[in-house]
Amino acid sequence: MAVAQTPTARRSARDSSSSWRWTDRLGLAFAWFLGLLFLVVTVGIVIYLMVQGIRFVKPEYFVTSPSAGFSESETGGFLDPLIGTLQVTAMAMAIAFPVGLGVGVWLSEYGRPTWLARLTESTVEMLAGTPSIVFALFGVLLFQSPVLAAFSQKNEGIVFGRSFFAAAAMLSLIALPLVVANVREGLQAIPGHVREASYAVGKTKWATTRRVLLPAARPSVVTGAMLGVGRVVGDTAVIILLLGATLRINPAEGFLGEARGTGSTLTSFVFQNAPTGEANQPEKAYAAAFVLLSLVLVLNVVMDFVVRRGRRLTWGS
Amino acid sequence: MATETHHLDAGQRALRSDRRAEFLLGALVVAVLLFVLFLIVFVFREAWPSFRENGLLWFANPDDFDRQVEKIFMSANLLQEPVYEFRAWPIIWSTIVITTLAVSISFVSALFVSVFVVEFAPDWMRRILEPIIRLLASVPSVILGLVGVLVLVPFIGNHIISDDSRREVSYIISLSGYSVLAGVLILSLMIAPLMIAVFVDGLRSVPRNWLEGALGLGVNRWRTFWKIGVRTARPALIAGTVLATARAIGESIMLAMVCGGVGFAPNPKDGLIFFVEPAKPIPAAILQASEELTSPPMRDTIFAMASLLLFSSLFLSFAGWVAKQPMKKYGVRA
Amino acid sequence: MGFLSPPPVRTLPLTGEEPKVVVPNGNGNGNGFVSAGRKVAPSSLAIDRMAVEDLSIAYGSKVAVDSVSLPIRQGEVLALIGPSGCGKTTLLRSLNRLTELTKTASLKGRITLDGDDIAGFEPTSLRRRVTMVFQQPNPFPMSVFDNVAFVLREQASRRPRKRDLKGQVESALRRAGLWEEVKGDLAHPALRLSGGQQQRLCIARALAANPEVLLLDEPCSALDPQSTKVIEDLIVQLREEVAVVIVTHNLQQAHRIADYVAFMYLGELVEYGPAEQLFGAPRQERTREYISGAFG
Ligand SMILES: Nc1ncnc2c1ncn2[C@@H]1O[C@H](COP(=O)(O)OP(=O)(O)OP(=O)(O)O)[C@@H](O)[C@H]1O
Ligand SMILES: [Mg+2]
Repeated sequence: MAVAQTPTARRSARDSSSSWRWTDRLGLAFAWFLGLLFLVVTVGIVIYLMVQGIRFVKPEYFVTSPSAGFSESETGGFLDPLIGTLQVTAMAMAIAFPVGLGVGVWLSEYGRPTWLARLTESTVEMLAGTPSIVFALFGVLLFQSPVLAAFSQKNEGIVFGRSFFAAAAMLSLIALPLVVANVREGLQAIPGHVREASYAVGKTKWATTRRVLLPAARPSVVTGAMLGVGRVVGDTAVIILLLGATLRINPAEGFLGEARGTGSTLTSFVFQNAPTGEANQPEKAYAAAFVLLSLVLVLNVVMDFVVRRGRRLTWGS
Repeated sequence: MATETHHLDAGQRALRSDRRAEFLLGALVVAVLLFVLFLIVFVFREAWPSFRENGLLWFANPDDFDRQVEKIFMSANLLQEPVYEFRAWPIIWSTIVITTLAVSISFVSALFVSVFVVEFAPDWMRRILEPIIRLLASVPSVILGLVGVLVLVPFIGNHIISDDSRREVSYIISLSGYSVLAGVLILSLMIAPLMIAVFVDGLRSVPRNWLEGALGLGVNRWRTFWKIGVRTARPALIAGTVLATARAIGESIMLAMVCGGVGFAPNPKDGLIFFVEPAKPIPAAILQASEELTSPPMRDTIFAMASLLLFSSLFLSFAGWVAKQPMKKYGVRA
Repeated sequence: MGFLSPPPVRTLPLTGEEPKVVVPNGNGNGNGFVSAGRKVAPSSLAIDRMAVEDLSIAYGSKVAVDSVSLPIRQGEVLALIGPSGCGKTTLLRSLNRLTELTKTASLKGRITLDGDDIAGFEPTSLRRRVTMVFQQPNPFPMSVFDNVAFVLREQASRRPRKRDLKGQVESALRRAGLWEEVKGDLAHPALRLSGGQQQRLCIARALAANPEVLLLDEPCSALDPQSTKVIEDLIVQLREEVAVVIVTHNLQQAHRIADYVAFMYLGELVEYGPAEQLFGAPRQERTREYISGAFG
């Protein structure tokens, strides 16, 4: 019964493309070239940013607020943008996650009437393709209107429509399609017999969804949320239009002042400190980009972990 | 039956809560739809004055794009009639040029890279490439913009643009390195991983036995994969391309940083210089003008630009849907 | 090894010499199973094309084919029979090196085509000569016409025009017994054909490739009696030009069309012999049990 494990001899001819037509061989060579190019360019950029970041980042940046000034030593750090990033992301996800979850569940488990489901699907798809700058402009429109003026800061009676709340609300639109798509995909990947088994023991649809399906789809749900966080953390246009023109956090007076106040995020900090921005301090931009990139990297690693663990726990294919 | 009536109460209550859940979820969905409808209606409504005042000339070529914007902005402050005259061709043309070039470049490379990753890359390479692609897809555009401004733009300015070409077009525009080329290259790098991610998913889900069927007939692996795999994965190719195109059209920050921000329509008649001429795509124009939202005519103009973007994203998702239809006939799930 | 060398009996321990007692396959005697008598006369000329020599295949540590040796001849139809999971498909796939596509599969032993070890072939050129029809119908997601034309287009050095392919496509479809059903609409999506039609399309596709060895993995499992007959007639007719190996669960079918039958059980080749002998007077107890329906 012993079968020698000697696949090498057999495999030798497997990848030989020597007898292919030259066009095919050229194509394969091109694929190799592009694959390697992609690898080199991406790794190059990441390493470059890491090196520059480590060169310019200073521990005090994490604890000092940005301030106006002419030299590098006067302009402070990026404490406020860092807090701003965390705050606006948390707020945006607090909106996008429950809404996305609800829409995803409805699409996958209820989805009637059909025309409404179709309409919802294409709307979500369209949202995914809508430029964030359009969301930002809409946010300006929305939060400058007298009805919603209370949500943002006023300055001598003029409503600028800028606040953490406004930015988060519009950023949630960016995260929403990702949450919906992943929740839905996760739920639909669950075989029908799982649902039937649950109905068979007398559970209602809602109970089944909550107790059986959502826990089973958790990896997808988490993935969707993470992807959403990734997009929200990286967005700049909405921040610039809706969060504020200053880099410092500037809470409003009164109830929930933090959420109604203005501020900045790491992305807007990088933008302002790039040579094309108003502050123009490339070293600080590199340092902040480094922090931002590390954040994204950690997010990626966590997501990988969740997906991999999820794959182990759920039904194979 | 006796036991059933006994449980009826609890059952009915569960059923009622079930109905309520469905109702609430449905209401949420309707609310989201209404919100989006609201968004579309309001953006177009705000945009209307600019289109109304300019008519079809809105799409025409202005004498000087940046000066006209200035005029619109100022007209609100002076005690005069608001000026609406706006000709958008340079920013439309910039968007078309940059998007087309970037999408074509990244489509071709993404297709080859994803075929490579799915079928031809050795395991070690695949294990490196896949996380790398995912990472690149999640790098914020402002970071890529920063790299562009600090590395690529100076490189183009110092090494690619010759003094001759600088002189050749100096009467109309100054070349500095902020250019179409910088925008296209970085934009390609930005959207290629998006495409690759979607393409790879699509290619992976091509049924194995279709590929084996072709291999079993003596068609080599390369052709099998292109003829059967890529063909079958066409809906995914379309979906990925639509997604990436939408992202490219809507990219504001990065393009505002590396393209020069000059309201200039790069002229293909200039030959290769075309690629190093500055440009200003619509989203970048909006971003740069966003400080001027306080001026009512300017605000309407900005919303008119935004409505063009919104329209193109509506159009794209529709076009994507149409493009996926023919393959359904052959049993390829879209 | 020349074309006309005698069958390599020496490598086949199970065949040995001709059985001493051939139980005639009369009416009502024997094991009672073989009811449908052979309609086809044995082929006049058998040429050795392929030889499987001491072949073992394992998926990881699971052995699927265990030291199998077999000849495959042109002019004779070889049927592989055996219970489900005994390694028939695996053996068949190894003949044109499709097993290599399974990462976990490892293979020991030798397979030759006209005397040359197939491991030395370029897989593509081998698979052109040794073509496979799969157990599950797997038409490509294209039209009926394109399915058959696919391989013709791929084999041509310059892309042929549709008009030039018509004749070949038609004859392949005719031979597979599908022409009458599809001739009205060759642009019909292949995946919208019925299961049986799809299977015949796959056979037509393989025929269009014009192979030297044709491997058929349960080609009639989804077919009605009428189409089954078309395919069986085709196989019998093909055997003069092509070496045919067919896997089947239908013992009557094996008996009707096969010249030689190999019975596999748990990866081993239990018995190999002429159809008459194997069905009429099996030498092995397990074969007897299997063909009398004791298991499988
Ligand atoms: N890709 C694979 N990976 C691991 N094991 C496999 C694989 N394919 C087949 N096997 C195993 O090898 C053995 C032989 O499988 P094979 O498909 O050759 O059987 P078969 O005789 O064709 O059965 P059937 O009549 O049901 O088609 C089986 O036990 C099966 O579980
Ligand atoms: Mg089988």
